[in-house]
Amino acid sequence: MSLAKRIIPCLDCDNGRVVKGVKFLDIRDAGDPVEIAKRYCDQGADEITFLDITASSQERSTTIHTVEAIASQVFIPLTVGGGIRKLQDIRNMLNAGADKVGINTSAVLNPGFVREAADRFGSQCIVVAIDAKRVSKPGEPLRWEIFTHGGRNPTGLDAVAWAKKMVSYGAGEILLTSMDRDGTKSGFDLELNLAISEAVSVPVIASGGVGNLQDLVDGIVKGKADAVLAASIFHFGEYTIPQAKQFMRERGVEMR
Amino acid sequence: MTHVAVIDYGMGNLHSVAKALEHVGKRAGLPLEISVTADAAVLTAADRLVFPGVGAMRDCMAEIRRLCIDEILREQVRKKPVLAICVGMQALMQHSEENGGVDCIGLFAGRVRRFDDRMLDASGAVLKVPHMGWNRVRQTQAHAMWKNIPDNDHFYFVHSYYVAPDAPAEIAGEADYARPFAAAITHKNVFAVQFHPEKSQRNGLQLLENFLTWNGSP
Repeated sequence: MSLAKRIIPCLDCDNGRVVKGVKFLDIRDAGDPVEIAKRYCDQGADEITFLDITASSQERSTTIHTVEAIASQVFIPLTVGGGIRKLQDIRNMLNAGADKVGINTSAVLNPGFVREAADRFGSQCIVVAIDAKRVSKPGEPLRWEIFTHGGRNPTGLDAVAWAKKMVSYGAGEILLTSMDRDGTKSGFDLELNLAISEAVSVPVIASGGVGNLQDLVDGIVKGKADAVLAASIFHFGEYTIPQAKQFMRERGVEMR
Repeated sequence: MTHVAVIDYGMGNLHSVAKALEHVGKRAGLPLEISVTADAAVLTAADRLVFPGVGAMRDCMAEIRRLCIDEILREQVRKKPVLAICVGMQALMQHSEENGGVDCIGLFAGRVRRFDDRMLDASGAVLKVPHMGWNRVRQTQAHAMWKNIPDNDHFYFVHSYYVAPDAPAEIAGEADYARPFAAAITHKNVFAVQFHPEKSQRNGLQLLENFLTWNGSP
């Protein structure tokens, strides 16, 4: 097996700055996105994901400039998510240098948007981002539901069924975030990951909850993820990308 | 001054490849002029051509024919080095299975096939399609385009279709996804790659740098 598993640092950006909070609270400034993206690329990150969490749409032009600046210095794949609502938003991000776009809330509001986007731009650049929360009680069969708006709004949609539907609509990849784990550093929701990864034919990126390097290994080995996404452990210097890769390689995970 | 033209037929993002060429030109101290264009006069005047591609083959071929890129390429490959990338590589074959079957440019004999949906790896796990991520490329022949690139090292791929050339001698590099497939093919002035050099960090940038000085023979 020679296709490497990927480590994807995630830059949550608010109005041109990288930030990271715990469950959307206690937001800390982590620096300039272009510098950070370049540093991760030089360290051997396999991809970069840029999530625009800017609240107001007026500031969207900041995001486009940032994406352009990253794309002219970073020669690895770049995914941009946050506020992608129209085909024109996708066109703008691809023109700015993004390779893929992440679609989240807009997919829930209008699933047909994913189909249109995949038809127009190709499945390879359409990542459907899923924020899932465990809703089954202890002892019940496991069940997760989709939430939107940063985990605030329940939709009643079953996460596994939703992932399958999105792939049938043309999603080329699933970015799967556990809302229960995001920012908690208690590890990925491995059961959630496994359930989705085994249900779909496209790559799944595990996200939400990484606290140490063993969590990354578990996401791949136990959660059957194709890639692992993390923010805090890299932003605040707890671990470097080469440390993470070496740790994973030593535990039998194929790395670049 | 070397003039590199990136052929723009309206399919997908050409920013990345132009930026990456700009970057390696600067790094190597090679003065470059980069055009992103479908203009026949510019493509004819350029010293080197890059033929990228993203998206579905039927739409790509429709635009390639409408803009006469196929005719321009057939003529220009006799005169100057051409680097084809991803769907650009696939479009050089005779025929693609995509979109129910599409006739392509036919500079290389052979077809474009889809990966099976139920391929298994050595451990019995299902291999996902698209083949997306970093995979190793075995250099199956010595070539100026592989200069300073370690053999069996990683490049970034994202594709569901792969080329199967009739002539094995045209394969310059192979990668494995359930079975070996052509990651690079070459004939005379053409070097074509399934991976994305503009997204393959060190190795990809080196390949682009090699292209800027390649004289068009192995």
